[in-house]
Amino acid sequence: MLELKGIYKYYNPGTVNEMCLFQNFDLKVEDGEFVSVVGSNGSGKTSMLNIICGSIPVEAGKIYINGTDITKEKEFRRNRRIGRVYQNPAMGTCPSMTILENMSLADNKGKVYGFGRGTSKARISYYRESLSQLGLGLEDKLDIKVGSLSGGQRQAMALLMSTMTPIEFLILDEHTAALDPKTAELIMELTDKIVKEKKLTTIMVTHNLRYATEYGDRLLMMHQGGIVLDMKGEEKQKVSVDEILKLFNEISIECGN
Amino acid sequence: MDFIITILEQGLIYGILALGVYITYKILDFPDLTVDGSFPLGGAVTALLITNGVNPYLSLLASFGAGALAGICTGLIHVKGKVRDLLSGIIMMTALWTINLYIAGTSNVPLFSQDSIFKNDWLDGIVPEDLSGYTTLIIILILTVIAKVLLDLYLKTKSGYLLRAVGDNPVLVTSLAKDQGNVKIVGLAIANGLVALAGSAFCQEERVFEISMGTGAIVIGLASVIIGTSLFRKITIMQATTAVLIGSVIYKACVAVAIRNFQPQAMKLITAVLFLVILIISMERRKKVKTDAGTERNL
Repeated sequence: MLELKGIYKYYNPGTVNEMCLFQNFDLKVEDGEFVSVVGSNGSGKTSMLNIICGSIPVEAGKIYINGTDITKEKEFRRNRRIGRVYQNPAMGTCPSMTILENMSLADNKGKVYGFGRGTSKARISYYRESLSQLGLGLEDKLDIKVGSLSGGQRQAMALLMSTMTPIEFLILDEHTAALDPKTAELIMELTDKIVKEKKLTTIMVTHNLRYATEYGDRLLMMHQGGIVLDMKGEEKQKVSVDEILKLFNEISIECGN
Repeated sequence: MDFIITILEQGLIYGILALGVYITYKILDFPDLTVDGSFPLGGAVTALLITNGVNPYLSLLASFGAGALAGICTGLIHVKGKVRDLLSGIIMMTALWTINLYIAGTSNVPLFSQDSIFKNDWLDGIVPEDLSGYTTLIIILILTVIAKVLLDLYLKTKSGYLLRAVGDNPVLVTSLAKDQGNVKIVGLAIANGLVALAGSAFCQEERVFEISMGTGAIVIGLASVIIGTSLFRKITIMQATTAVLIGSVIYKACVAVAIRNFQPQAMKLITAVLFLVILIISMERRKKVKTDAGTERNL
């Protein structure tokens, strides 16, 4: 279980540009939940993910994973149990390394990066197999540099790499936003499959309201650093894109957008 | 013939330095000016050890260790002190000048009468008469190849993978639950270790330690890396490390040819102008965007 308790987050503290984003922000995510998060720009979606992952510090408040306080834990340490896929497909892979080398890197997450062989020959067939389920033909291009792949191919690899080792949480930060509609669809289906297979607790930020309603078992709408809508269970299953869009517009009009 | 042998000798010694610069400049994307200090650091350590009767081959290892320490310091300044990469190198380069003077004792230590890795009783015993003119070259070649092969092997280990990843996409390293800073420090240590190793070999070949021997070392290293990697960019089967070594020899040859027509004082000017020409030809001067991991890097 992931818990944010009484989070305060200011940007540019102590300057004229000081801006308060989160004030006493709370969030509880149960194990195995797949949470979709929507909201306008600047509503604090990505900041929330950054706070969970430890990429940015908080002014006050606590972050708990399964009851343990991890507020002070460094980002790279938290990442042992967190997998993250970014909006930019380039963030999840190494462009100047080959597909095989990238897979090997990801496969070793959580272990020591010592002086052993970088790529274990015995694992190559496993890499091939997992790449082949992407259906992009990457399994036959193991020695090609990832930098020469398309954004969609890279994002598929990034998703695969971030979920390869046992993790508890999957953080998806608009991970389909930079892709064409067809590839986005493919990545989204793949995401759903992986999340269900590995039973990952997932938080997905998206601007695609259809994905937000179709996928996941909980829906959050954020606005100006607060949660304005929290749907679960049957209510979430029944909700339609139009309803969400209507709500979205109401909020935006309220603050003059 | 002597002319060519000298170029090869110098080119290969500086090739080891270029391997170090390859790690920082190409792999880590870290403009590391520590090199100007760690190159003479290797020389200073060697001068101290050899004049005290230590085995010259051991002085190579000691120099590598000293250089690695210097690299670790640069890394700590950058990572823990949060000082910009360029400035961290400049700080260490400046500090090393004094440290080198302390280690060597004076600014100039002649090593003519001492044993060296190129000239000692053991070598005199095993090298055949008719090869004696090539002893230095052969030993440099062996040393360079060992350095290159070890570096190649290292870059294929898990630790080496991580090192390549950190310059390429630091975010990924964090995602893999590893501290980027530590990986950078390891890279800087290996790089400066190699540079100091080159410094040790250089001062044994020249049979003198000179405090100013490091001035412009970074330029020579960068020029070699850029010549090597841009000349052989199309040949994908050639390893980058091999390309860098060849680049270093080519660079030394260019300088040697140029210097023939000028006075010795013109050396540094020629070095600088040649480097500029190489930069312009190779188009390497265009600004690298560090934050965008997706930027295609020319290797």
